[in-house]
Amino acid sequence: MGPLPGGLAIATATTSRPLSPAATPRRRRPIPPRVRRRRFLTEVGNHAALIAVSIMFLLPIAFIVLTALMTDSQARTPDIWPDPFRWNNFVDVFDRIPLLRYTFNTATIATLATLGVVVSCIPVAYALSRMRWRGRNASFLIVLSTIMLPIQVTIVPLYILFVRFGWIGTMKPLIVPLFFGDAFTIFLLRQFFLTIPSELSDAARVDGASEFQIMTRVIVPLAKPAIAAVALFQFLYSWNDFFAPLLYLIQDPDKWTLSIALSEFRSQYHVEWNLTMAAAVLFVMPVIVLFFLAQRAFIEGVTLTGTKG
Amino acid sequence: MLPWIIGFSVFIAYPMIASFYYSFTNYDLLEDPTFVGLQNYRFMFTKDPMFWQAMRNTLWIIGVGVPLQIVTSLSLAWLLSRPKGGSRYYRTILFLPTMIPPVAAALGFVFLFNPATGPINQGLQSLGMDNPPLWFYSAFWSKWGLVFLSLWGVGQTMMIFLAGLLDVPRQLYEAAEIEGAGAWQRFRFVTLPMISPVIFFSVVIGVIAGFQYFTQAYVASFAVSGQPTGGAASNIGGPEESTLFYSLHLYIKGFAHFQMGYASAMAWILFLIIMACTIVIIRTSRRWVHYQGGLR
Repeated sequence: MGPLPGGLAIATATTSRPLSPAATPRRRRPIPPRVRRRRFLTEVGNHAALIAVSIMFLLPIAFIVLTALMTDSQARTPDIWPDPFRWNNFVDVFDRIPLLRYTFNTATIATLATLGVVVSCIPVAYALSRMRWRGRNASFLIVLSTIMLPIQVTIVPLYILFVRFGWIGTMKPLIVPLFFGDAFTIFLLRQFFLTIPSELSDAARVDGASEFQIMTRVIVPLAKPAIAAVALFQFLYSWNDFFAPLLYLIQDPDKWTLSIALSEFRSQYHVEWNLTMAAAVLFVMPVIVLFFLAQRAFIEGVTLTGTKG
Repeated sequence: MLPWIIGFSVFIAYPMIASFYYSFTNYDLLEDPTFVGLQNYRFMFTKDPMFWQAMRNTLWIIGVGVPLQIVTSLSLAWLLSRPKGGSRYYRTILFLPTMIPPVAAALGFVFLFNPATGPINQGLQSLGMDNPPLWFYSAFWSKWGLVFLSLWGVGQTMMIFLAGLLDVPRQLYEAAEIEGAGAWQRFRFVTLPMISPVIFFSVVIGVIAGFQYFTQAYVASFAVSGQPTGGAASNIGGPEESTLFYSLHLYIKGFAHFQMGYASAMAWILFLIIMACTIVIIRTSRRWVHYQGGLR
């Protein structure tokens, strides 16, 4: 569940940001020019340091993209700038491997897994947060304790189970379990549901709504941002995942995901760094686009989950 | 609730119990498991040299990687918290690498650190270093390559630290300044105690993630092995088993050698280690984590 805590963090970082520190004193009293100059120089220093760090973090991406545009022979030289730019690399990748099929496989798995998580976790989170029943706290504790459980602990018996089901070499092990809930998602949604005032569901109850109706008509519409966030987390997790596809899909090349394909690509064409990097760029692109499109969903989603502290 | 109860029983409770049972058996998936008592555990601790190799590597990457990650992410978060405007853009840039799928990032780094043509060694040579490291091709440097990769992807921890830094009330700094505290003292006696819960959280997550470290090591070692297909034990964890981590060894035993009993035993030891780590860290944290408002 790597990407999840980070997603929370973006949200809290943005929204809990206090008022701009300098705003208040500036209005109250005039600042002597000396102080103002010193502040300006500090600000310039801050930005200079941040620009330097940002360049360091972007350089690997730049090198990878530039190499993806080189000819094979140039990629083997120490050159940094492609000459000529070989845009055809991106076309060649499609000729070498069935990239569209792998993209389709990855998208199918990620979409169904996301659907499964959303559909299965909402009722559980609802029951754990907005209904009273015996054993609720105990159940919540169990959910909490499974968040930390490493997948390696259960992987062997699960594999054996899936062998018996005949699911090895199919996408089912990557999708079906998620229709039965995921501890982290349940936890996040529960935290969000708890913030919705109980008067709203009480009013609906007085009007004769069933628990199911309250959930679908009252809670879910109000929880849209949180649901969007957990959906995004799960989608990215499934899209990027390597371990599960390696276990269950490596046997059948028709079922490979992009992660597996890229790892194998390197070994099949291991001298052709330009094509390997072009394949990597094609793999990364959708995720980056999604990140920029959905930055707001990331941010809005988890502000209310109360996971801070 | 029902789906989750089924899910929990089938996908968590049953596998936990089953793997406990399998850990006392020999099982290769083809024939029924045969009971062998503690033999798997005995073999693990006394006979399997690769188990200890994997353990050493894992402890190395945790011992070196986690402190470096925390220092790096705290420094970056501190830098991000300083300017009055515009830090939004830097934040996006520094976070970007964590969005890149681990397989692509690992392959990219194998290329960047390529001893002959990679930009890193080109740069080192132009700085006058005649024999730059062989990185992923050297048993000594391969783990360092992975550490650099993890530092590049430190954005998530950085965000958590940034949230923590921005939550420190400004009055505390102002009070400290009036008392005559310098920049370092303000950091040491105000910032550090105030964000100690965040550091604590990152240490727990870092240690647990360290024991599960798999994808990057698999991809990088497989990429430099020059072998045609993955999955086979001899292609991963190299060079010279220098990147054979705990989870990689477990994978090889279970899914390349199909020693399900032995892999289950390793899984249970992993489970106990992680439980123990978590408990130790939580216990000792009372001494060094300062929670605002006391009880938590």
